[in-house]
Amino acid sequence: MRRSVSKVLPQLLRSNAAASSPAIQQIGFKLHLVRAFADDANLKRTALYDFHVAHGGKMVPFAGWSMPIQYKDSIMDSTKWCREHASLFDVAHMCGLSLTGKDAVQFLEGLVTGDIAGLADGTGSLSVFTNERGGIIDDTVITKVSANDIYLVVNAGCREKDLEHIGKHLDAAKAKGMDVTMTIHDDRGLLALQGPSAMPVLQKMTQFDLSKFYFGMFAKFDIKGVPCWVTRTGYTGEDGFELSIPNSGMNTIAEALVADSEVRLAGLGPRDSLRLEAGLCLYGNDLEQHITPIEAGLAWTVGKRRREKFDFLGGERIKQQLADGVPIRRVGFISAGAPARQHSDITTPDGTVIGEVTSGAFSPCLKKNIAMGYINKPHDKAGTEVKLVVRGKANDAVVTKMPFVKTTYYKG
Amino acid sequence: MALRRFAVQFGLRAQAPVADLAASWGRAFATVLPELKYAKSHEWAKPQGDVAVVGISDHAQGELGDVVYVELPEVGATVTKGETFGVVESVKAASDVYSPISGEVVEINQALVDEPAKVNSSPYEDGWMIKVKLSNSGELGDLLDSSAYEAHCQH
Repeated sequence: MRRSVSKVLPQLLRSNAAASSPAIQQIGFKLHLVRAFADDANLKRTALYDFHVAHGGKMVPFAGWSMPIQYKDSIMDSTKWCREHASLFDVAHMCGLSLTGKDAVQFLEGLVTGDIAGLADGTGSLSVFTNERGGIIDDTVITKVSANDIYLVVNAGCREKDLEHIGKHLDAAKAKGMDVTMTIHDDRGLLALQGPSAMPVLQKMTQFDLSKFYFGMFAKFDIKGVPCWVTRTGYTGEDGFELSIPNSGMNTIAEALVADSEVRLAGLGPRDSLRLEAGLCLYGNDLEQHITPIEAGLAWTVGKRRREKFDFLGGERIKQQLADGVPIRRVGFISAGAPARQHSDITTPDGTVIGEVTSGAFSPCLKKNIAMGYINKPHDKAGTEVKLVVRGKANDAVVTKMPFVKTTYYKG
Repeated sequence: MALRRFAVQFGLRAQAPVADLAASWGRAFATVLPELKYAKSHEWAKPQGDVAVVGISDHAQGELGDVVYVELPEVGATVTKGETFGVVESVKAASDVYSPISGEVVEINQALVDEPAKVNSSPYEDGWMIKVKLSNSGELGDLLDSSAYEAHCQH
């Protein structure tokens, strides 16, 4: 059943107010309270909650949801498994939605940087929602199903903020007589199957020919008899698929996938290691409302056609930044000593602060500390020697090109 | 031991004691050794004359997961019961380690610099952290014995 956002939104805002906020920092604090004072009764559960528990999932609160951070495998082993075989992630906490109607594309282009009109039917791309200052409200994968049917997936932690933002502009658009309707797919779940074995495993369960189905493409087809919406995309740097599945079919498909010896379940822990190794941003860490896509190294999301008019929110600032350049840039680091995590200072060798780490961890695949963060120019060039400060100790680090681990998207 | 930053990337930035994780993760069957004394914060002390060897428990290493970095005090430093003396970093988290006893550090486990994973593979033997010359051996009496610690972990 599809519900229109106007009916759903007020309920969501109430039920989620305690556990969701645009600022991840606040979410952490609030989630901790939720955990301390209640059971997970206050947390939302995906259709696979019981499946996770039965498979040894260690459930933790995440953006208002009870989600597995890992299963029986360590985060180290689980990360490596995905790069060599295939991993299945429940990502149903993310919010799928559709914009439909003859003005859907025009409406959405007012809010995002991408050239949605220019996408071929059945293809999609990463894009960002911007605010009036050109800052990033959220990153999202936008798929053009057809000229009047756009499918998006937005971050769980940004859900309320995004829906409120889109809803506000939607009301204005409708008042002007535009034909566009928003539908939230809470009746569907989302699974990500990632890794080199993803294609051979999935091909066994569908008639649809995956060999001509390239990175960024979208199609609707049956898997194990369940009608799915499939996008060839992911958040690991590996080839793989995201499957939007009716909630009633989630268990069927998850059970079928894990029955294959090539597939292991993976939680939020390895998902984060994998995305960092692939140089992909996490909203709330690496992307924030005050960061523009140009500063974030996501200028490529500003479509060529969109650079003629810059007719999206904050477009003037983006135009100016593209013309004048920006003083900071998101870059990668490899460092010695203790892993530098979020909020570690980046300094020059003589101790001048020149930036801040936004994500950092030990890379299970490289066996080195990796990090990304924002650094002042001209220190952003690959090979520049800097220090990352952890608990008062300045550790040697070098600015490093991302991705840290080579990506293997299926481009035919 | 307390998780300083449990899974920072996930926004769970507030301090979360290991005990909290243990309850929610439901891990059981960790090894305890009868000859050791344990702190509720999941460190152990092994008395050897006027010196005690200190490390973290099997239960703690299991909750942390793969240890990738260990930060220890220098020989000659003073540690105080209940106060942090080092940090253990796993793939996702940095955790403070608290001293179960007070005294002067007379030796540190240098091997953990190159092989921090010894904390996982051998928490009570090769993964020891520091040796402390006790300034108040009476403090050992405040620590839990193995059965009390086991009960504490399952609580």
